[in-house]
Amino acid sequence: MSQRDAYVIGGNRIPFARSGGKYLKASNQDLLTTTIEGLVARFGLGGERLGEVVAGAVIKHSRDFNLTREAVLGSHLDPHTPAYDIQQACGTGLEAAILVANKIRLGQIESGIAGGSDTTSDAPLAVNDDLRKTLMKVNYAKTPQQRLKALAKIRPGQLAPEQPKNAEPRTGLAMGDHQAITTKEWGITREAQDELAVRSHQNLAAAYDRGFFDDLVTPYLGLTRDNNLRADSTVEKLAKLKPAFGKGDPAATMTAANSTPLTDGASAVLLGSQEWAQERGLTPLARFVDGEAAAVDYVHGDEGLLMAPPYAIARLLKRNNLSLQDFDFYEFHEAFASTVLCHLAALESPEFCKQRLGLDEPLGPIDRDKLNVNGSSLAAGHPFAATGGRIVASLAKMLHEKGSGRGLISICAAGGQGVAAILEATA
Amino acid sequence: MTDKYAQLVNHGIGKKVATQVGLPRPPRLRRYEPGQELLEGPAAVGGIGQSPVTQTVAAVIKASGGAVVDAAADTTYADKPAAVVFDATAARTLKELEELRAAVGPAVKALGRCGRVILIGTPPDELADAEAAAAQQALEGIMRSIGKELRAGGTANLIWLQGEARGDSAALAAPLRFLLSSRSAYVSGQPVRVVAGDVPEVDDWQTPLKGEVAVITGAARGIGADIAHVFARAGANVIAVDIPAAGDALAKVANGIGAVALQLDITSVDAGERIAQAVARVGDHLDVIVHNAGITRDKLFVNTDADRWGSVIDVNLAAQFRINKVLLDPATKGGLKDGGRIVAVASTSGIGGNRGQANYAASKAGVMGMVRQLSKNLADRHITVNAVAPGFIETEMTSKIPLATREVGRRINSLLQGGQPVDVGETIAFFAEPGSAGVTGQVLRVCGQSQLGA
Ligand SMILES: NC(=O)c1ccc[n+]([C@@H]2O[C@H](COP(=O)([O-])OP(=O)(O)OC[C@H]3O[C@@H](n4cnc5c(N)ncnc54)[C@H](O)[C@@H]3O)[C@@H](O)[C@H]2O)c1
Repeated sequence: MSQRDAYVIGGNRIPFARSGGKYLKASNQDLLTTTIEGLVARFGLGGERLGEVVAGAVIKHSRDFNLTREAVLGSHLDPHTPAYDIQQACGTGLEAAILVANKIRLGQIESGIAGGSDTTSDAPLAVNDDLRKTLMKVNYAKTPQQRLKALAKIRPGQLAPEQPKNAEPRTGLAMGDHQAITTKEWGITREAQDELAVRSHQNLAAAYDRGFFDDLVTPYLGLTRDNNLRADSTVEKLAKLKPAFGKGDPAATMTAANSTPLTDGASAVLLGSQEWAQERGLTPLARFVDGEAAAVDYVHGDEGLLMAPPYAIARLLKRNNLSLQDFDFYEFHEAFASTVLCHLAALESPEFCKQRLGLDEPLGPIDRDKLNVNGSSLAAGHPFAATGGRIVASLAKMLHEKGSGRGLISICAAGGQGVAAILEATA
Repeated sequence: MTDKYAQLVNHGIGKKVATQVGLPRPPRLRRYEPGQELLEGPAAVGGIGQSPVTQTVAAVIKASGGAVVDAAADTTYADKPAAVVFDATAARTLKELEELRAAVGPAVKALGRCGRVILIGTPPDELADAEAAAAQQALEGIMRSIGKELRAGGTANLIWLQGEARGDSAALAAPLRFLLSSRSAYVSGQPVRVVAGDVPEVDDWQTPLKGEVAVITGAARGIGADIAHVFARAGANVIAVDIPAAGDALAKVANGIGAVALQLDITSVDAGERIAQAVARVGDHLDVIVHNAGITRDKLFVNTDADRWGSVIDVNLAAQFRINKVLLDPATKGGLKDGGRIVAVASTSGIGGNRGQANYAASKAGVMGMVRQLSKNLADRHITVNAVAPGFIETEMTSKIPLATREVGRRINSLLQGGQPVDVGETIAFFAEPGSAGVTGQVLRVCGQSQLGA
């Protein structure tokens, strides 16, 4: 099969909502279906059979085993459109876009939607393990007597549900506490983190004000903008907050404001071949050049949990013969302000680049004015699987507005993973 | 939006009581469904003299699947006629009005439910002779009075057929069919002027907009959503526009009819360009633009402020000028084609004025002024420019009016009810039809012959 180019044609997302608020009653399927519907309306895709729809959710009910396919069936897309779910923690959305783009490049499909959805308002509550084992016994019991006997074993203590935790299974540490260790290692200051957070809010607010999101966001349940956004955020205000992670350390720097809150939302990106877009009169916004995932061994302590992106970036740049400075936009997902700052510090560090990445020269600094110019997760919020789609669609539009250049995406993910991708303006 | 009163007095015990005590009973209006017969009974057709227009009328009705009977004086009708069409274009003397009375009277008397009375005249301003002009002007008075006398959902309207159009059967067909059909359910007491134009013969009058690209602003809800539905039904590729904040409702409307949703504030500086870009995605050029988006910011004239004043005029009127300018530039890719259509939404408030609505009435009267002049300016490009002036339409907007005022608005018309958003949509789609090329510069009220602003 011959290789050809894959393009980002557009995107849609719903405003991201802080958990437990506006979207409390909406399920992942509601969020994803609505988001796909908005995309269908924007591009007049009603009745179209697409090559595939790929999406996922990080926090997912077992009943949502076929989340994406169900969302397709609930949409106005041709029901003959196949779909599948993927999950790579916070990398889900970007990984989905890489998968769709790759199939397009291979000529296996002409078009596709990549997306993701997450809600921690509709999180599955698991029964605790003891109760689950007891109930399974009841289920398998053959006689009523056996069943009663099994049921009699239930103890009040077993009735407490197991709360979903934002913690790494192998270390038991919350993601923020992991990052607090890395933040300290890299000597990232509180001021630098707060500044990055404030800039994220100001940039996102300005982007909304100038109508940047008019064709990227569709309102939902009364929300027209991300409700985590604080346009009036200032460094002075943020300086007043107490640390939320790395507690017990008198020098802890990570607060609720320079970390992303739990958020609900969904996003979807439309990708296609040049011919497919042309036939429909659609303008490709950007070429999806390449993507790379990396993982680090954070369990045995030789690398920080969220430090995989620099590894992915290094390999991606090498493969594409590019330097870190060859970009006009850098979209670094702000899981925490300090994650972005650690990544930037690592990319600049001769030791890190030599010892960890095996490079003779450090990848070097970037022009900070090109970083997250329309805001990122600290302001918008971060519904895990939806962040990749948010970034891909926004970056594609930025490149199209500029009419030239390249953009680099970097997203860190739980489990010590990271996903990076390159987009390029269409000539 | 439901009219509870109409439901009450038309069903069961409510109907009985209402009939006994003589409460007005709003009739259920016949409305269009795809594939529907033009008329539910024969059309009684008559005229003054041997006018070719009378023959055209009969031919159009027959070609549309209808039966024609002679509307002569002293006729007794075996089947209830569904319509009476009388061609008075040749009337030049006051005496001939008696001919009209004698011929039309029995037919109107025999008319079935939701019947149609259509008079056809010569525009009085074409006639040099004062008596001839008087005889023609008299038609308007007759038509309006019949409209007020008709019961059971009947409507009366008048077509002013301009000189050259009297020999052009195509020019008359679409307006005649519209006024005869159930698509004009809420249009009554109105004159429509028809001129000769570059009017194509239209066979498929059920889906006349097939393959055309139409932009409809304010399409997320209310009247705009129904306009979008009617256009999609008529075969158009619709681009539905509304503000980004209404994007979720807009997406639902769009996906429901296979349209494209464009989240756009029509007052933004690049609105025209953004519309043209969206058009260029769907087709080569734009066939129809419907300026429906509108807002109210009511306040007594003496208490209003620059903000309320300005925003209403900007959304309801100024934005249309800016958008039209871009779409009418022949250099614009995705601009309006020659032979295209501009349809704006005015209001009876723009005709009669309304307490607390000086800004709104200004904008809507302004729309009418624009339509009348722009139609002349664009005549050489065969672009027609028209407006509808809705009266009381049952929408979210009118459901917020206090009950007493709302009831007055609803009942103070010949059809004793508010109109439905679809009625406005049907009239706009009529203006958009290729067959309506001879209709331009018109403001057609969709008001059930409301007394407000009359
Ligand atoms: N409802 C009536 O009885 C009535 C009577 C006469 C005239 N009208 C006119 O009919 C039109 C539709 O009225 P309706 O009753 O459906 O009102 P509506 O308020 O239900 O709908 C108007 C739509 O226009 C949209 N809109 C407003 N400002 C906009 C902007 N700047 N850009 C894009 N879209 C914008 C709104 O979001 C809304 O979806 C208006 O022009 C109104 O003045 C209505």
